[in-house]
Amino acid sequence: MKKTLMGNHAAAVAVRLARTEVVAAYPITPQTQVVEALAEMKASGEFAGRFVKVESEHSAMACLVGAAQTGVRCFTATSSQGLAYMHEMLHWAAGARLPIVMAEVNRALGAPWILWTDQTDSLAQRDTGWLQFYCSSNQEILDTTLLAFKVAEELSLPVMVNYDGFTLSHTYEPVDVPAQELVDRFLPKHDFALALDLADPKAFSALPKPQEYFRLRRRMAADMGRAHQVIASVEDEFARLFGRSYSAVEAYKADDADALLVTTGAPASTALDAVDELRKEGFKAGNLRIRQFRPFPAEALRAYARPGRNLVVVDRNFSMGQEGIFCEELKSALYPLKERPQVFGTVAGLGGGDITVELLKEIWLDAKQGRGDALQPVWMEDAR
Amino acid sequence: MPRLTEDPLKTPLIIAGGKPMSANKTGNWRSARPVIHEEKCTGCMICWKFCPEACVTIEGELPKIHMDWCKGCAVCVQECPVDAITLENEEAP
Amino acid sequence: MLEIRFHGRGGQGTVLAAKMLADAVLRSGRGECMAIPEFGVERRGAPVLAYARISDKPIRVRSRIYAPDAVVVLDPVFAASEGVVHGLKPGGTVIVNSEKSAEELSALRPGFRWVPVPAKAIALKHGLGSQTSPMVNTAICGAMVAGLGVADIESLEKAVREAVPVKVEQNIAAAREAYEAVKGRLHAAAH
Repeated sequence: MKKTLMGNHAAAVAVRLARTEVVAAYPITPQTQVVEALAEMKASGEFAGRFVKVESEHSAMACLVGAAQTGVRCFTATSSQGLAYMHEMLHWAAGARLPIVMAEVNRALGAPWILWTDQTDSLAQRDTGWLQFYCSSNQEILDTTLLAFKVAEELSLPVMVNYDGFTLSHTYEPVDVPAQELVDRFLPKHDFALALDLADPKAFSALPKPQEYFRLRRRMAADMGRAHQVIASVEDEFARLFGRSYSAVEAYKADDADALLVTTGAPASTALDAVDELRKEGFKAGNLRIRQFRPFPAEALRAYARPGRNLVVVDRNFSMGQEGIFCEELKSALYPLKERPQVFGTVAGLGGGDITVELLKEIWLDAKQGRGDALQPVWMEDAR
Repeated sequence: MPRLTEDPLKTPLIIAGGKPMSANKTGNWRSARPVIHEEKCTGCMICWKFCPEACVTIEGELPKIHMDWCKGCAVCVQECPVDAITLENEEAP
Repeated sequence: MLEIRFHGRGGQGTVLAAKMLADAVLRSGRGECMAIPEFGVERRGAPVLAYARISDKPIRVRSRIYAPDAVVVLDPVFAASEGVVHGLKPGGTVIVNSEKSAEELSALRPGFRWVPVPAKAIALKHGLGSQTSPMVNTAICGAMVAGLGVADIESLEKAVREAVPVKVEQNIAAAREAYEAVKGRLHAAAH
């Protein structure tokens, strides 16, 4: 049934539909309504899981590390400084192989104090061992949260579902809320092989030898490697049950395009209109949306790399001393190819600046004509 | 030789010892041992509360320090308000 | 695609007005609607913007609106100010909470289709808010539905019922009264 939901409510509804057993979260703008909605659902009896109030984001994740070890389905949500504060426990959740799901509402990091969107918060967590998805609509927030539980539980790895602060978190739009029976079929009760059993006490993740640690990391890397296949098959099953399909890289009018925008998150949705307008004006424009960041879909992206066809990445994030993070990752994915296209980096909308159709058109035209200097990222904004 | 060739998916997901942490007896870390002088002890339980190894139990009215786990940190000696615990040299077993 | 900009103040329910409109559009089956708050800190009394897009096709553009087709003004203080018509397309509709007539407003700022509604008086009559902070958002929604023809009043009633936490019947009565007032005036003007 279609309902008018803000992105944060879409996440909360998915958590309820997944019959999540423990939620521990601390409110922070622009994530607050996720926590509020779950607390209200708990108060009304709609949400049957435990809601644990905590004094910080670090405690929220620490609480879930404990809860998840008992084999229950766990969720939290945070943003920006809150995620940064949680950082230490993110490594623990992944290393302990706990299938925790988190909604992460992308917000810029201070100083200066800022509330608007920017992906640097979650991208800075890229080495923690969490899978990461970036959503482009409220429907996708709901769907990806459901997918995330299944993927996390199949891989025994935590999953972060990212979406743009305000642009998605606070925007209302129609969202198809699936029936509970359908979700139950997709997400049966989680049977966690590593669950703590009081009748058979064990010491979890106590000091290993270096050789053991080395092999545990290699195991984790191998699971991240097979995650591509696992995610694709979970997405297939989701499409069969719910009629909506997703993939790690989503191409739009890319086949005959002369140059491609490479976008993520909400701007990747706006980019579709930019491509259509450019096409109407006689340009062969196209767009690649990167939906999955960890594991990085290098192979899927290589399929779109043609020498002579420029790629231009629009990054609403920045790694100081380097460049936009998606651009950097894309370049590294294409480097092993013998013949590569030019990859240009564009930085736009840091701290919530609007990424408009007009701006995306300019970025595409600029890339198609070929920039003089491909080495430096270009910073562009819509001045309105 | 230096390259790992075994199937990484055969490695277990985590290290989970077949025994609880209490099986890890840390008493042999100790170079000095706390001794409770029962005549001075008031049973206030401060040593029980402060022991970082949680190896103090209360037996009836008085505390008992379990030497299988006591690391000899002497926090209890420091914290005892009536100086009922002293630190003695440990002797090799 | 119809693009709308809302002008209000923090605490007036501006964002909720945009949400109720979106929900009414969805419920009336006339297409999709996206309601977008101006991204900022919620502060009671501070000027607040919100946006809505309505289309019979899926809406993909996710930016602010710079050249709206219509503007909705919840606070009479802003009624005919420069900011309200900034970027508004020539001949664009302005749904405005005002005791003034369309002719008076047109004389102040010509070139637009002025649709006034005495939303403050309607809200107060139904016991919504106070003299200093009347809750005009449901009345404004009624006026929007009549003035823009984007949804039917029954769908709006359902949207209001789901969205407002208190005084549900009073809010619905206010929406309906504003709807009838605007509908009647537009009907009279057409004849």
